[in-house]
Amino acid sequence: MNIPNDLKYTLSHEWARLEADGSVTVGITDHAQELLGDMVFVENPVLGRQLKASEECAVVESVKAASDVYAPIAGEVIAANGDLEANPDLLNKDPYGAWLFKVKPADASDLNGLLDAAAYQSHVDSEAH
Amino acid sequence: MLKQTPLNAKHREANAKLVDFSGWEMPIHYGSQIEEHHAVRRDAGMFDVSHMLPVDIKGEGVRAFLRQLLANNVDKLQTTGKALYSCMLHEGGGVVDDLIVYFMSETWFRLVVNAGCADKDIAWMAAQRDRYAPGLEIIPCRDLAMIAVQGPNAAAKFWQALPGSEGPTRSMRPFTAVVIGSMFVARTGYTGEDGFEIMLPAKAAPYLWQALLEAGVKPCGLGARDTLRLEAGMNLFGQDMDEKVTPLESGLAWTVDLASERDFIGKAALLERPIEKQLVGLVLKDRGVLRGHQRVFMAQGAGEVTSGTFSPTLNGAIALARVPAGVKVGDTVEVAIRDKQLQARVVKYPFVRNGKALIDL
Repeated sequence: MNIPNDLKYTLSHEWARLEADGSVTVGITDHAQELLGDMVFVENPVLGRQLKASEECAVVESVKAASDVYAPIAGEVIAANGDLEANPDLLNKDPYGAWLFKVKPADASDLNGLLDAAAYQSHVDSEAH
Repeated sequence: MLKQTPLNAKHREANAKLVDFSGWEMPIHYGSQIEEHHAVRRDAGMFDVSHMLPVDIKGEGVRAFLRQLLANNVDKLQTTGKALYSCMLHEGGGVVDDLIVYFMSETWFRLVVNAGCADKDIAWMAAQRDRYAPGLEIIPCRDLAMIAVQGPNAAAKFWQALPGSEGPTRSMRPFTAVVIGSMFVARTGYTGEDGFEIMLPAKAAPYLWQALLEAGVKPCGLGARDTLRLEAGMNLFGQDMDEKVTPLESGLAWTVDLASERDFIGKAALLERPIEKQLVGLVLKDRGVLRGHQRVFMAQGAGEVTSGTFSPTLNGAIALARVPAGVKVGDTVEVAIRDKQLQARVVKYPFVRNGKALIDL
């Protein structure tokens, strides 16, 4: 399983990356896409929506099931990945390249409250037992 | 402790994702459910369906007993090996299980029932036997494995995998079976494609599986089996019908013989109960995925999706739904998906047969 060191993670299997421009990009982890299987539908939050941390804000659906995506941190939605509309399978092929949406964080230091790669790895391991 | 089929080791070798299905440890997929689905529509795939149970009923007067037991009419079975799909009803007209019955001789019929219903079915059949035909033997064949080989190239690859099998099976028509040595080979399936379902001794099953693998047949999990059967418009017990609904409200009127004089268990109730609901096909006009238990709304009232999925062949969302009797093909209905009401079109199903889309999205 691929868990890049330069990303932050949530207990609900989202990843977050702080960009140079101060925005935060959000996606779902390799582990999440593997659990869900072949992706067939993505519903992203509308632009301008103010997200609270841990709020349900997007849905990814595989052939098997629908799964909620939770906001890793609070902030305003400033971009959504339109490529996923026609090609939701990008989430399977490249989970860390196929981002879902970007937020302008209310407070960038909120990222410090998320899991680092090692902590996320142990979380995944503990869920497997 | 989950029950395992004789093919469990083969699934693990193939890196299957194994899940609990009705108390059995079964492969849901081997990597990609969608690729497995396409393999069956375009080439050939195989499923371990050993969790399903063949039940032999033997003795003098099996046919008369099955006339009572089954809603479809076994008198449609007049040539050796002929098969029939039927529901088995309780007195109230609800569905105990759906099954395929094979006529092998006047003293031997074979029924194949759902895994999740097997114990209940055996008890039900035994109780009816005691009442109507105490001399008959009901024999659960738990020592048999079952492999379904399905797809446009399934027959050719089966013949390649099993030298000598082509002669006795080449001219088999759909819904027939032949016995070849210790194998029971039926030209049936649950995908809407050509193919065989092969019942054979448990210890032989891994060898046939391996031979099919070497002939280029792709292992497919229960995930693909579900999307294939739904595209093919085939009911799933426990979702599209169960003990609470009749076959007449489950799109299965074609399998119920009410025309003949014959009495059968549940017939009186079917004739008495008003038909208020029907099973229809839905295709979603908006983006999204239809799923079981979503509520459906229309002028005539409300209904519910019984089975819904993303159709890999049609590249869109399809479903079976139980709706009020007045709803017609071509109507637009609304489906509640999370916090939205999305539009769906009522269509005649099946959605796909023999690799071809029958519905435009």
